[in-house]
Amino acid sequence: MAYTEEELKKELETKEYEYGFYTDIESDTFPVGLNEDIVVAISKKKSEPKWMTDWRLEAFRHWQAMEEPEWANVTYAKPDFQAISYYSAPNSKPKYESLDEVDPELLDTFKKLGISLDEQKKLAGVAVDIVMDSVSVATTFKKTLAEKGIIFCSISEAIKEHPELVKKYIGSVVPQKDNFYAALNSAVFSDGSFCYIPKGVRCPMELSTYFRINQAGTGQFERTLVIADEGSYVSYLEGCTAPSRDENQLHAAVVELIALDDAEIKYSTVQNWFPGDKEGKGGVFNFVTKRGICEKNAKISWTQVETGSAVTWKYPSCILKGDNAIGEFYSIAVTNNYQQADTGTKMVHLGKNTRSTIISKGISAGKSQNSYRGLVQVNSRAENARNFSQCDSLLMGNACGAHTFPYIEVKNKTAQIEHEATTSKIGEDQIFYCNQRGIDTEKAIALIVNGFSKEVLNKLPMEFAVEAQKLLEISLEGSVG
Amino acid sequence: MAFENNVDIDHPIHDVRTEAIKNFEEKGFPSKKDEAWKYTSLNSLRNTDFSIFPKEANALEYKDVKKYFLHEIDTYKIVFIDGIYSSFLSETTHDGVDICLMSSALTKPMYKQVMDVYFNKAASKDESLTSLNTAFSREGAYIYIPKNKMPKKPVEIIHFATGNEASLLLQPRNLIIAEENAELQVIERHQSLTANEVLTNSVTEIFAAKNAIVDYYKVQNDSSKASLIDNTYIQQKDTSVVKVHTFSFGGKLTRNNLNFYQNGQHIDSTMKGVTILGEKQHVDHHTLVHHIEPNCESHQDYKGIYGENATGVFNGKIVVDKIAQKTNAFQQNNNILVSDKATINTKPQLEIFADDVKCSHGCTIGQLDEDALFYLQSRGIPQKEARALMMYAFANNVLESVRIPELKTRINKLIAKKLGVNLGFDL
Repeated sequence: MAYTEEELKKELETKEYEYGFYTDIESDTFPVGLNEDIVVAISKKKSEPKWMTDWRLEAFRHWQAMEEPEWANVTYAKPDFQAISYYSAPNSKPKYESLDEVDPELLDTFKKLGISLDEQKKLAGVAVDIVMDSVSVATTFKKTLAEKGIIFCSISEAIKEHPELVKKYIGSVVPQKDNFYAALNSAVFSDGSFCYIPKGVRCPMELSTYFRINQAGTGQFERTLVIADEGSYVSYLEGCTAPSRDENQLHAAVVELIALDDAEIKYSTVQNWFPGDKEGKGGVFNFVTKRGICEKNAKISWTQVETGSAVTWKYPSCILKGDNAIGEFYSIAVTNNYQQADTGTKMVHLGKNTRSTIISKGISAGKSQNSYRGLVQVNSRAENARNFSQCDSLLMGNACGAHTFPYIEVKNKTAQIEHEATTSKIGEDQIFYCNQRGIDTEKAIALIVNGFSKEVLNKLPMEFAVEAQKLLEISLEGSVG
Repeated sequence: MAFENNVDIDHPIHDVRTEAIKNFEEKGFPSKKDEAWKYTSLNSLRNTDFSIFPKEANALEYKDVKKYFLHEIDTYKIVFIDGIYSSFLSETTHDGVDICLMSSALTKPMYKQVMDVYFNKAASKDESLTSLNTAFSREGAYIYIPKNKMPKKPVEIIHFATGNEASLLLQPRNLIIAEENAELQVIERHQSLTANEVLTNSVTEIFAAKNAIVDYYKVQNDSSKASLIDNTYIQQKDTSVVKVHTFSFGGKLTRNNLNFYQNGQHIDSTMKGVTILGEKQHVDHHTLVHHIEPNCESHQDYKGIYGENATGVFNGKIVVDKIAQKTNAFQQNNNILVSDKATINTKPQLEIFADDVKCSHGCTIGQLDEDALFYLQSRGIPQKEARALMMYAFANNVLESVRIPELKTRINKLIAKKLGVNLGFDL
């Protein structure tokens, strides 16, 4: 598609206008603490309709009655919810004037990941030239998408522009009172993405929050809603491989996927939040609720590569409601130093002939703890349900831990469930084999880890897969001794 | 504490009991909110008013209860009727080995030294039902096999419940010690002979010293009014081998808490189980293997066949400590559901802190292979028998490691009976 400079200029003009809307919010950041007034104020700031405000308030009231869960296999100092500011406008001021000011360690990582200079600047928060690749890409994208009738925008925009869709689906998969963090998110979510694929449309490109400008600074309470109407297909990418030096301690996002009859959603995540330093100080808490619902013949596939965060607590799940629905979960979770991850999935089989696959690879190094926690539930009416689960853990060094907590609940005799888990370390003979062929130990480990995670990496979209592979290497750097 | 009226208050056990009561009062009965009891509810039992101590002792004729014994071979027998020792049905010994009673071990000075070292040392001081047993149990089996000894024949521990009361709570307490190089085989059975409600809260402690070999067989084929909470704690030392087989074919509610602690190197721990249930029966196998030292092995293999409204639970946990390198831990749980109303909940769990280990678990839930079934039918085996044959084969590798042939035959017959077929050969 031809994209002239003139068009771009025009686009940018409208962009300016969009941001003009934000500028007057920027001056005020809300006081710390959380009460009903704050919730109402957030809603007002975003000029939301009344139903949305009420919805938030309802969530807030539920949240107040809830207690922070403690069942996960992680230990951390609980965040003080009254010490957080729940709204701060996107900071449009660049953090740095030039790349020279940025932490050299960070730049080094960028280089290894092969991220372009412009992108590096954007990710590190350096003031960038406005004609940056991703900007134009994003705008071009928008056009193509609009032609197909695909709605892809921020959730606040969607609340205003497409209230009927948001109203119908928000909270339909993850209800307000689903859990402590989901309730908190429902009350105070700042922004997020919204995506709607109309009937029978196959989204021509990978939708990605990576490219989208207005995604920057959506803050700690992100809300994503993806709706794939009958017979449609979408592949959605979230996050990016570059390390995000986010100052926010707590991230409590909610992602809801709705796959109507015959639709397919592929949701890929690469998460690399700041994991804290080598002593385990600082780092992001990532407490995310992700869930998808599959109607008849629909398919939802979650792929995730988790390398960051001090504490990760996340279970992308599928509710296989319709007959012949398919749920998939592919995950790699890498923990190093003092990181803790408690992650896995839930597959709830309700419809007939539903199938699910779970492949989970956990790699622990340093002093980290890595847990897989999963549930496979087959309801009494789910005839011929089929599940295959595989959880493999790789341990590096003797100071880390790997745990598996698979729950399997079956109430139907026609169900066929297989679960297997293994825990092992990298074989000395494997390393020796590589060594004697001239591959040094560090490279050999990378090679073996890549082989170990291949099944999952293969499921990632092409460009992501390459980066994710490098990311694995970087995450485990220096963990071999 | 009326039950302690004729007990010496200065006895060290008294302190242990007081401690246990305190813990139970603090914790209370476990509820579904406790992760370990997520799938097993004790509500139906808690609402029943159990009498703790039967008022009168019942007598049983051997010929009436002969079928519950492994009468094909000669065994030592420790028999209890409503929790009270029946000397008439029992056959104990002090000939080189001690196969006798907990009550005498607790009171007689000659056992004091042993009791100080072992009593309540393996059992959890945290678990509320174990504490309840520690506090109130008065009787059970006491087996002490000294160094390099082996009793001439297997030991049978049988608890009969005759229960004239509407509902009866039994709390047997067994202590089994196998010293260095000792070997021992034990068969344990709980049998209710009454139509009344019976709840047994049993605690067994097993200590296997260096090179000791202990085979423990639990036969659970109780009446539909009988519930059993079995807490077994096993401490193993270097190169000891302990195998526990659990055969669950009946009972209203059965909970098996089986805990292995490996306090030494080159230990082998095996737990195997066959569960075949129907009606509204509920069996919960809750195993724990704690690998504390390096170079040990553990094997778990549980097979379950669930019909009608039965519920099966398997919760297997393997913990490998940081220093327990070169651990090999295997866990296998296979299940067949034969009814639409049957439920299986399984949670094979690994917690691993050492890197040079081989740990795996596998778990399947499925049906009989239709092709194999057809093959058998095409060779003239009726469908029912063909099914039974396949289910028998499914459970068979658990039976392979049973070392008392007569017991194996007995279990095979029980399985055939449970599957409702006569396979025409002596399984």
